[in-house]
Amino acid sequence: MSSTLFRTSPALRGALRASGAPKVAGAMAGIGFVRGKATLPDLPYDYGALEPHISGKIMELHHSKHHQTYVNGLNSAVQTIKEAESKGDFTKAATVAPLLNFHGGGHINHTLFWENLAPASREGGGDPSGALQKAIVADFGSVDSFRKQMDAALAGIQGSGWAWLVKDKTAGNLNIVTRANQDPVSGPYVPLLGIDAWEHAYYLQYQNRKAEYFEAIWNVINWKTVESRFEKP
Amino acid sequence: MVNFNNLLQYLSLQSPLPSSSSASLSNLNITETLTKMGLTTYTLPSLPYAYDALEPHISAQIMELHHARHHQAYVTNLNAALVSHATALAEGDVAAQISLQQAIRFHGGGHINHSLFWRNLAPAGTAETADPAQAAPELVAEIGKVWGGLAEFKKAFGAALLGIQGSGWGWLVKETGEGGRLRIVTTKDQDPVVGGQVPVLGVDMWEHAYYLQYLNGKAAYVENIWNVINWKTAEERFAGRSEEKTEL
Ligand SMILES: [Fe+2]
Ligand SMILES: [Fe+2]
Repeated sequence: MSSTLFRTSPALRGALRASGAPKVAGAMAGIGFVRGKATLPDLPYDYGALEPHISGKIMELHHSKHHQTYVNGLNSAVQTIKEAESKGDFTKAATVAPLLNFHGGGHINHTLFWENLAPASREGGGDPSGALQKAIVADFGSVDSFRKQMDAALAGIQGSGWAWLVKDKTAGNLNIVTRANQDPVSGPYVPLLGIDAWEHAYYLQYQNRKAEYFEAIWNVINWKTVESRFEKP
Repeated sequence: MVNFNNLLQYLSLQSPLPSSSSASLSNLNITETLTKMGLTTYTLPSLPYAYDALEPHISAQIMELHHARHHQAYVTNLNAALVSHATALAEGDVAAQISLQQAIRFHGGGHINHSLFWRNLAPAGTAETADPAQAAPELVAEIGKVWGGLAEFKKAFGAALLGIQGSGWGWLVKETGEGGRLRIVTTKDQDPVVGGQVPVLGVDMWEHAYYLQYLNGKAAYVENIWNVINWKTAEERFAGRSEEKTEL
């Protein structure tokens, strides 16, 4: 048994099969979409603002190159699917579904990630408060224990992927889940806090010492964002 | 709440590996345990060239980290997983044996893949790399039959490499059946090429393989790596003359 246990079948792929492609883009409206086109969101802080925990160079490449590539890939996948669909070529539309899932997931995940971070001199770091703090203690024992379990989940990812603190809408409790590559969190889970475990997220600064990155990132976690996602009904 | 099973906890404890004295002490214990159990201890193969020998196409810093840190971690974690597995076997703990399968596959695959990779690279401008038709006459002839030419093959292989979503490898393989047909395949994470296919050459598409030098420009890495592909090794594997162990 492994982290693959937690890899659910991507929602976007299912959505494509169920309802046709253009509606998938509609379902992602609100996350960096302008007039049906995905757009790169601005960062709410400067590239260098997370130093020394995440270098300015990593942030700049990660946002302006990697995230931009997902945005471009998503728009091109949506376009290809629209064209195929208008011609009634559903086979072609289906073959593009994995690209839609990958780039769409990459766009969603990174958009959520940037909002989860903040400079250590501002909202970054510290501990959660209020109802979120109580829920974390109830489900993980303590905030420290939660951080340890999240770091263990991150370290256990074999390849590229993400670890998430999620709220289970059905059961009402908190969970840690991992996702391979750019598979987005879906189903009963509401993503509260995501950490990018792709090598591009840390390699220029931490190289193979990824455990140091997983430890350092807690200094720039924006708990206010996590709290507001948690409290949203 | 997620039940972190033994393996996940185990993997998080093992990786990444610090080069501390406690790590080398546990390495000694692992070797001792494996030997007592009559099992092989896997070791990091030395590179057949210096870390800077592939410059400027792959930097010395990348090669050193990739070999001395990443590959070493796969070897160490593989040995540790084998010790745990042997212990579980001796204790008749079937659940533990099953839960260790994935760790053995991942770290064992990492060890196999990197061992193959180092040997299918060589310094640019040498007899191994400069002239594929000279170094690998049989293979290049077969590539011509399948893809129409070396340039067409490189294009198809490059497209497969760039199409990998996440971490993984691209391989030129030879089918063991079907008249030994050549194919381009990709494997995810550290899945090795197994069963019915012989790897002829492999390219690591994990970000650690190129990021320090090429950053997000992986297309340039894919283009430049042709300068350091060891066609002699590829020919030996294709012709079945290679003595490498390609399966665990
Ligand atoms: Fe990323
Ligand atoms: Fe590698």
